[in-house]
Amino acid sequence: MSKTLFDKVWDSHVIRNIENGPDVFFIDRHFIHEVTSPVAFLGLKSRGNTVLYPERTFATADHNTPTINQHLPVEDPLSANQLKALEENAAEWGISHWGLGHKKNGIVHVVGPENGITLPGATIVCGDSHTSTHGAFGAIAFGIGTSEVEMVLSTQCIMQPKPKKMRINVNGELGFGVTPKDVALYIISKLTTSGATGYFVEYAGDVFRNMTMEGRMTVCNLSIEMGARGGMIAPDEKTYEYIQGKPLAPKGEAWDAAMTYWETLKTDDDAVFDKELTFNGADIEPMITYGTNPGMGMGITNNIPNADAVEGGVATYKKSLGYMDFSEGDSMIGKKVDFVFLGSCTNGRIEDFRAFASIVKGKKKADNITAWLVPGSHEVEDLIKEEGLLDIITEAGFTLREPGCSACLAMNADKIPAGKLAVSTSNRNFEGRQGPGSRTLLASPLVAAATAVTGVVTDPRTLLS
Amino acid sequence: MAYDKFDILTSTAVPLPIENVDTDQIIPARFLKATERKGFGDNLFRDWRYNSDDTPKEDFVLNNPKYSGKILIGGKNFGSGSSREHAAWSVYDYGFRCVVSSFFADIFRNNCLNVGVLPVQVSAEFLEKIFAAIEADANSQLEIDLPKQTITLKATGESESFDINSYKKENMLNGYDDIDYLTKMKSEIQEFAAKRPF
Repeated sequence: MSKTLFDKVWDSHVIRNIENGPDVFFIDRHFIHEVTSPVAFLGLKSRGNTVLYPERTFATADHNTPTINQHLPVEDPLSANQLKALEENAAEWGISHWGLGHKKNGIVHVVGPENGITLPGATIVCGDSHTSTHGAFGAIAFGIGTSEVEMVLSTQCIMQPKPKKMRINVNGELGFGVTPKDVALYIISKLTTSGATGYFVEYAGDVFRNMTMEGRMTVCNLSIEMGARGGMIAPDEKTYEYIQGKPLAPKGEAWDAAMTYWETLKTDDDAVFDKELTFNGADIEPMITYGTNPGMGMGITNNIPNADAVEGGVATYKKSLGYMDFSEGDSMIGKKVDFVFLGSCTNGRIEDFRAFASIVKGKKKADNITAWLVPGSHEVEDLIKEEGLLDIITEAGFTLREPGCSACLAMNADKIPAGKLAVSTSNRNFEGRQGPGSRTLLASPLVAAATAVTGVVTDPRTLLS
Repeated sequence: MAYDKFDILTSTAVPLPIENVDTDQIIPARFLKATERKGFGDNLFRDWRYNSDDTPKEDFVLNNPKYSGKILIGGKNFGSGSSREHAAWSVYDYGFRCVVSSFFADIFRNNCLNVGVLPVQVSAEFLEKIFAAIEADANSQLEIDLPKQTITLKATGESESFDINSYKKENMLNGYDDIDYLTKMKSEIQEFAAKRPF
């Protein structure tokens, strides 16, 4: 029977199918971080269980870590306590741990691929919804809860009903100044934040084939924001080229064997999806959000739609605009902005810093803007320096911080103050997401850069040559 | 972590007729710093419930003495966003055993089932009826019958059935969780793992 890419990977990891229940699903690779793992380790201990395959779990600290002065002790005692718990748990069970100060430390969804832990055909989970990022490599990757973290630690399995399958095709060419982030925000604006709930998505078509691995990661990362558990893209030459030679990638004969398998990882021509959607890449503009969920986005030259023109409840829509202090019909362009955040597992990779630098080169940061530029990992940080991007952004009046999740979820000190407006390259514009009372506009690194130098929301195409 | 068995629950309910309630609202990230699972109920809906000076926001439903009960009624797409199980813990810890909505986000639904909170998905029409009934009388009782998989408005007897797979239903009825199941099949898992290429 014909299979989709998703079927091939899913079915090969099912140990047992429970009738009218979930599949017992084997996990190849498990990432943990300091926030969603401590209670899982406590549970493991209280049941008298052990970690079954410590070599299949990888720990990194990212959510709580400061992004300045990482060499000093962490000031917040609660954050310090979580970081210590991760370190101690990893040491106790023999789990690899890239903690604060380690040269491989960074955001879990950035360091996994960088180190060749993320592989095509693998199943990958983490107590973090943006685990969907790793689907860019043709892996099945998704976020889990802490109970499931404990399951994976003690049994290397979770119990999941197989999701339905959706294919999203985007064909044609992207316009000038349109990035992978815009493609994802465009799709989410069409589907809403619940449009893909219950589905696992495969992204197909020219636009994704032509994307770099970094771009594909940005798209897959945002799958959860349309409600999908995850999204994936069939591996191709770009995927193999990215992985080959990475520290933990298969080598020699193991590489050849893996390649033979990976080349089978594509959807059969006559395979059937439960739902299929097709968009035209040429229709996509640089995007920006205006509300309090990632589905409330629009082309940057558009105006905020009227409540009667959007799907869903009018009261919820008006509450959202009220929180943002915006009105129906408003244009985003020209709105005065206080903060710009470049970073996160969505847009904290080298390509995002290249994009940012391409706009700010030879210009100056606007005086009203506080800018936080946070690389996704030390490896990204090193590349920023090696490629001369640090000089460009420094000359333009910006400083580079140290790696971590930072203001994306504001668990560390990087909090946008109440009432302030931020243009952020991260993934969520929920109420208070970037700090209590903060207001977030999600956009691409190009929009963030254009805004950072003008001080107001700016269409990057007006600054790009 | 063990939870109380779920059988038939009859209770008043707390209405929250807002759509797309994300888990950042259910429990904001700054309250995720604990290394133990306790006290999360205090911060349930923290920023909707309290002002920045920690005084209660009078107009938020959890601060309205008219409404109480073990059932939370939410708008469509409840629990979207972050996978934090802390959201389900805070719902449970506050005292809710059941969340009713016309649509749930996947991870939140799954987390609820793993910690002993029953997610009950009803039609949009039935959800409206529940909200209307509670608005008319805050003491309206709802009955959630897990064995029969029905939800009933006690005053009118109007009822709807809900879905839950038989495996999860059995777990909820008995207070079991997935780890109890998985640890019993360890040798089968090890056999499988030995054949994995990576």
